[in-house]
Amino acid sequence: MVLTVSLVVVAMFSLGLGAYHIPVGDVWGLLMHKIGLSNLPTEKALDDNVLFVVRMPRVLLGLLVGAALGVSGAGIQGIFRNPLADPGLIGISSGASLFAVLVIAFESLLFVGLSQLLGHYLLILGAFIGAGLTAFLVYRISLKEGRPQVTTMLLAGIAINGLAGAITGLMTYMATEQQLRTITFWMLGNLGGATWENVTAVAPFILIPMFCTLFFGKALNAFALGEMQADLLGMQTDRVKLWVVTLGTLAVGASVAVSGIIGFVGLLVPHTVRLLGGADNRYVLMGSTVMGAMVLTLADVLSRTLAAPIELPIGVITALLGTPVFLYILIKEK
Amino acid sequence: MLRVEKLNYDVKGRKLLKDVSLQVRKGEMVVLLGSNGAGKSTLMRLLACDQKPSSGFISLNRQPLDEYDQRTLARCRALLTQQQQVSLAFKVREIVFMGRYPHFDAVAQPQDYTIVDEVMELCGISDFSDRVYMSLSGGEQQRVQLARVLAQIWDNPDSLLLLDEPISALDMHYQQKVLAIAKALSRRGYMVVLVLHDLNFAANYADRIIMLKHGRKLFDGTPMEVLNAKNIYTVFSVEAQVEMNPKTLRPYVKLEEMTLDGQLVTNII
Repeated sequence: MVLTVSLVVVAMFSLGLGAYHIPVGDVWGLLMHKIGLSNLPTEKALDDNVLFVVRMPRVLLGLLVGAALGVSGAGIQGIFRNPLADPGLIGISSGASLFAVLVIAFESLLFVGLSQLLGHYLLILGAFIGAGLTAFLVYRISLKEGRPQVTTMLLAGIAINGLAGAITGLMTYMATEQQLRTITFWMLGNLGGATWENVTAVAPFILIPMFCTLFFGKALNAFALGEMQADLLGMQTDRVKLWVVTLGTLAVGASVAVSGIIGFVGLLVPHTVRLLGGADNRYVLMGSTVMGAMVLTLADVLSRTLAAPIELPIGVITALLGTPVFLYILIKEK
Repeated sequence: MLRVEKLNYDVKGRKLLKDVSLQVRKGEMVVLLGSNGAGKSTLMRLLACDQKPSSGFISLNRQPLDEYDQRTLARCRALLTQQQQVSLAFKVREIVFMGRYPHFDAVAQPQDYTIVDEVMELCGISDFSDRVYMSLSGGEQQRVQLARVLAQIWDNPDSLLLLDEPISALDMHYQQKVLAIAKALSRRGYMVVLVLHDLNFAANYADRIIMLKHGRKLFDGTPMEVLNAKNIYTVFSVEAQVEMNPKTLRPYVKLEEMTLDGQLVTNII
């Protein structure tokens, strides 16, 4: 409950801050006007523009991506039975990066037709397909007699991550200056590309999987006892593994596709939520959704304001903030 | 009634169980004995329907085991095995509560909470119900798992309770207590199958003893019928003397001390 209220507050705050400052009171007024509840004084027209065309989609994207990363992280930690697990383990991020880099590198050579058709969306589509392919590959490799094995998934994830990373590295090495800038910009993560079109296109891919994952609370709890006992309790672990991996891939794949690689959120948010209120997944899944949204929105505020008007890549912010927090947790738990 | 007919289980060419047949009636407490690798845990897992046999037939309460729906089976059969590590910070109460998961969809009923309280009281873990499971000692964790398994079938006396080495990590008090709980449940009508290592516990608590060796059932009968020096030597390669305890009318097994071969000892020195 507390989390949800803080989330709303943070979101409002975030809408106001940035290179172009809008006081919080005005934000409220503008929102009310949009819904049709009050009158807008004319000199606020520029504010209106900034808020609704630029700022709002960006904040919404931050909320969506943060929530997606948070809940998928919690789900993956549930099936791997390990608080150090992260959606990246099953290859989603490296696959998305690989395909994004391929698109950037070969755009002028191979994808000219597609590029003209889809424009900006080519990159997003490529990244999404990449995320899906690698996760699918990792899942397929892990099947033994038709049943997914979690340890094999982990090892296959490491292998596929390595391979994708190597090819990505090779492509980066061969890229031109201009391509390199685009690649780096994408790899570090940024919410700057948010437009209403983007956000509405991506939203269902994030909201639906996110919503569905919330139903797996009980089953993920049972996983903690070991898969055999979870099965003996009737939790159908094979189905759970398939669903959590699929839903996570969709949500994180879509997020990564639009906003690049943003690390640490999937790992640290569920962990923090557990520290605050216990390990029961029925609470942790919901909490991670809300906290993930909040954390990323805050990180986005920082990325916009720390070096205004320059934007720092959000992946850098989450890494810079995340690492000391992670180390602190590790040391405290010793 | 648990009925097992000509059970065979092969893994990668190795035969772990060979033509095992047995029956457990309602209200019966059966103890499985045998040395390591005899097939006891394998048999327990097959009885729990965790694995499918290579050939043979198992039926529980007149329904073939493989025809049960997982949820329904979870409400009438529980298996306690060796500990798996729990690496997330679940509390003791939350772990025990998981035993009730097969009994509700989204929202637990009041009786689920009552049952959890009852089993925790019985297993002596109520005092640390809010502690994190990971922080408990091995024996305490074993009691928590037992409580969870009991919670699973607490309201269904037609259930099958399978306990694989349930007292290995417990102190004397709880060893006796767990066996007493198992016995009391069998008196209420539960089918109880336990794997134990201590022959005298088996002698005192079991209604029937089944002895396995190399995947085969060698002996099956009451403690009086089955526990004698010859059988014990056949199954365990250990010398023993068996007397009858006049107070309980059950066998009392005295194990002979093992001496190392003379030649071997001088080589060591």
